[in-house]
Parts: sequence; structure tokens; C-alpha cells
Amino acid sequence: MKFWAYTALAGALAIAHAPLASAEMAEDELVINDDIEIVTKAPAPAHLGAFDEIYSGWLFRSEDTRDVQRDDFDNPGMLGVESAMEAWDSVEGTAGKACSDCHGALEDGQMVGVRAVYPKWNENAGEVWTLEQTINTCRTERMGAEAWGLNSKDMTNMSALMSYESRGIPMNVAIDGPAQETWEKGKEIYYTRYGQLELACSNCHEDHYGDWIRADHLSQGQTNAFPSYRLKDAALVSIQNRFKGCIRDTRGVPFDIGSPEFTALELYVASRGNGLSVEGPSVRN
Amino acid sequence: MKRAMTAAAAACILATGFAGTGVSASPVAPGDVVFEDGAVAASLTGMPGDPVAGAEIYAEKSVGNCVSCHAVSTLPDVQFPGNIGPALDGAADRYSEAQLRGIVTNAKMTFDGSMMPSFYKVTGFIRPGIGFTSKPIAPEDITPLLTPEQIEDVVAFLMTLKEQ
Ligand code: HEC
Ligand code: HEC
Repeated sequence: MKFWAYTALAGALAIAHAPLASAEMAEDELVINDDIEIVTKAPAPAHLGAFDEIYSGWLFRSEDTRDVQRDDFDNPGMLGVESAMEAWDSVEGTAGKACSDCHGALEDGQMVGVRAVYPKWNENAGEVWTLEQTINTCRTERMGAEAWGLNSKDMTNMSALMSYESRGIPMNVAIDGPAQETWEKGKEIYYTRYGQLELACSNCHEDHYGDWIRADHLSQGQTNAFPSYRLKDAALVSIQNRFKGCIRDTRGVPFDIGSPEFTALELYVASRGNGLSVEGPSVRN
Repeated sequence: MKRAMTAAAAACILATGFAGTGVSASPVAPGDVVFEDGAVAASLTGMPGDPVAGAEIYAEKSVGNCVSCHAVSTLPDVQFPGNIGPALDGAADRYSEAQLRGIVTNAKMTFDGSMMPSFYKVTGFIRPGIGFTSKPIAPEDITPLLTPEQIEDVVAFLMTLKEQ
């Protein structure tokens, strides 16, 4: 490489790996409702060679946006959670059952910790399932109800309730055993440069987190905070809908929500956040 | 190099002048650009670019959108510049015109594996879409992110970024 190319490259690398923790990321702590402590910084899981510490996207948002997430009364995402709490106890479908008939009342806490281990290998299906796919199987197989659209409001609300039940618990998806093949596939997708702009997830969220891409402050693109209430959309956004938007922004064609590719990617990205607390429904700009 | 450029531009003006129809030399096609150590010596249009138009392309979100990754301190009206790439102040002190043309045309020929998009390239993409619509585009319908004229305008703009 020519000398001038080399210096520019070295310069760019220095920017990417400067101690941005202090300069570009909020020094702040998240305790929701003065009660639930959220781990927003954790040692990187062993499989992640790229950096030593992982950070919640919350630390990359402005003070105003961060504050909205501190209290459930201010968090508009809680309306979705409340609506799902009603659905939890509502009978639907030909079997005459509600979620609570099989999984108990929410107070019983049977759903606590569930979100933290999804996506997860499903032995019967012989594949990795997202939480949303699991919820739909309950609806169709056990309730005799219609499947929800994977990106529908009902589904995203229920997914938000599952996050709410696990809030504060560290993400801990399994990547070995039968899930390993899917995980490897997800990893490959993560590092593939899509679209006419030829950008991979890693270009933005691994090489340049902490930097500004125009008016947006790049985070590590972690999934622990989903579903996330986007102030810009005034709605809860599912993980895979976020993936779709990110690939669209490369002038590329995203995979479908619920596709094997996005499920694999979701497992891989979730594993990069193992150790960060579940914090959904979060608030983002 | 500079002399060659002016000569080419002059030849062009003469040609159009004589033809009297405004037809200029046909631009170099994306696949035919010749890189030498990342640099592109000849103007893609055979003509010099317009630095004022170049500054607009640089800043406009729907065109070059260079500002999503770069800052230029002499353009304070451009809001929220990014810092993914280096600030471009003094770019013309660091690089020759040919080098700048190479970077804007296809930065990956200068910076191996660069995050900077290739602005004059139409092949080799994975799942390319029609703009930001998420809809697939047929390979033969792909047009470069910038036209040859726009590349030359941006290069002319970058050549104004001198500090020394
Ligand atoms: C062109 C740059 C770019 C690329 C490429 C990109 N993203 Fe993003 N992504 C963003 C921006 C900007 C945001 C919003 C700010 C933030 O949280 O980083 C974002 C947000 C996210 C978030 C939400 C994080 C949070 O805490 O709210 C996730 C998850 C995510 N991206 C995953 C991905 C994945 C997976 C890919 C690859 C398929 C990807 N991104 C590719 C720019 C990008
Ligand atoms: C998605 C990000 C991105 C966009 C958009 C982008 N660049 Fe870059 N650019 C970079 C990066 C990163 C570098 C540093 C080289 C490297 O490490 O690849 C760079 C380097 C450069 C350099 C060399 C600067 C130096 O001092 O070494 C110039 C000149 C340049 N870009 C011009 C432009 C122009 C003009 C546009 C728009 C037409 C543009 N860039 C759009 C990311 C980008």
C-alpha cells in the first residue's frame, strides 16, 4: 500500500479504536423505576474477538431519550406491555384457552428469564426459533387461534411483555450444540457487505460504534433492549424490523422477517450481547 | 498531469464548439476506469468539474451524502456531519487531483476494505436494491451512485480544500 494510503488508514483505525467510552458514550447508570438495575456495560463474551466490553444502545442515546426509559410512567412502550397483559389472560381460538391457562398468571413468574435465552433451539422442530415463532406455535397448536403476523402490533406487544418479565436478567443465548450451525450462519450474515453501499453490520456497529453517521450516534447494535419504542416512529419496533431498516439503509434488499437468515442473524447478534440485561421495552430516538 | 487535463478540456471545448450541438466526449464507463495505485489520472468526462455544484453534491443527503461520514469546517451550514471518515479540510494538500478522483470513484482501490461506498461502480453488489426502497434491482438497471459529471464536480470541490 502506498504511504499516504497507509497513514489515512491508520488514522481511521485510531478513530475507531480511540477510548471512546469516555468521549462519546454516556457515563450513566440505568435503574428503572428506582428499582430494577440494568447492566448496560459488561465484559464481552468469549466468542467475540472484536472488543473487550459490550454496551447497551441506551448509553449512546441523548440524555432526554435516556431519561424516558428510567420510569415506566414515562415510557410509551409500556402501553404495549399493558395491552399484552390483557391478551395474556384472554381466551382465544378453538381450544378455548388463554396463555395463562398453560403458563399461569403473570404474577407466578413462569415467564421470568424466558426472553434472555431466545432465540433458542427447538428440539421438536429441529431448528432455532425466535420468541415470536414460539409464541405463534402456542397460538396455532395449543390454542387453535390464528397466527399473529411476526411483525404485527399484537405480536410486538406480547414480545414486549416477555421482555418486561425478564427485565434486568442478563442475556444468555446458547450458541453451541445444535444451535451452533445457525449461529455460524448468522455470523456470516453479520459480516457480509450488503447493498449498493456495501455495508455490513460490522462496518457500523463493530468498527464505528461511538462515531456519528450524520445525526445518528452509532451503538454496538445490541438486541437486549427490544422491542424498542422508537420516538421517531411513535411505535414499538421488533428486532427483525430494525434489521430490515439497517439493511435497507445500505441500499440493499433485506431478508424477510421470520426468514431463516434473520433468525440466524438474531441469534448471532443476541449472542454478542450475552451479559447485558434484558431492558425491553426500551426507548430509542 | 495538470497539463494533460487542460489539454483534454480544451480539446473538448473545441470539439463541442465546432460541432455546435453541445455534444461532449463520451464519459468513461464505470467498468473502463483505469486506476493506478488507486488514482485516476484523467477526468471521467474529459472536462473539469464545477466546485460549487460539487459542494452541493457533497452535502446533499439524496446525492453524495458525503457529510454522513465526513466533516468540512468551511461548510458550517451543513448540519450534523459524521465522523466515520477523516475531516476533509486540507484534502487537496494531502492528495493530488488524480488521487482524489480515485478515492471518490472507488475508495476501495486506495483504502483496502474501506467503509466508504464506491461511487462509480455498477457490479459486484450483494442483494442490491432500488435506492432505499428494499426492492430488488436487476443487475442491468444499476446506475452508479454518482454520474461522471457529479464525480468531477465533487473532485473539483475537494481540490478547493486547501489549508497551506
Ligand atoms: C449504515 C450503517 C448501519 C449498518 C450497515 C447497520 N446498522 Fe444497525 N443501526 C444503524 C443506526 C444509525 C442505528 C441507530 C443508532 C444505534 O443504536 O446504533 C442502528 C441501530 C441498530 C440496532 C438497535 C440498537 C439499540 O440499542 O437500539 C440494532 C439491533 C442494529 N442496528 C442491528 C444491525 C444489524 C444486525 C445490521 C446488519 C444486518 C445493522 N444493524 C447494519 C446503522 C447501521
Ligand atoms: C459510509 C462512509 C463514507 C461516505 C458516505 C463517504 N466516505 Fe470518504 N471516507 C470514509 C472513510 C472511512 C475514509 C478513510 C479511509 C478508510 O479508512 O477507508 C474516507 C476517506 C476519504 C478521503 C481521504 C481523506 C483523507 O484525508 O485521507 C476523501 C477525500 C473522501 N473520503 C471523500 C469523500 C467524498 C467526496 C464522499 C462523497 C461523495 C465520501 N468521501 C463519502 C468513509 C466515507
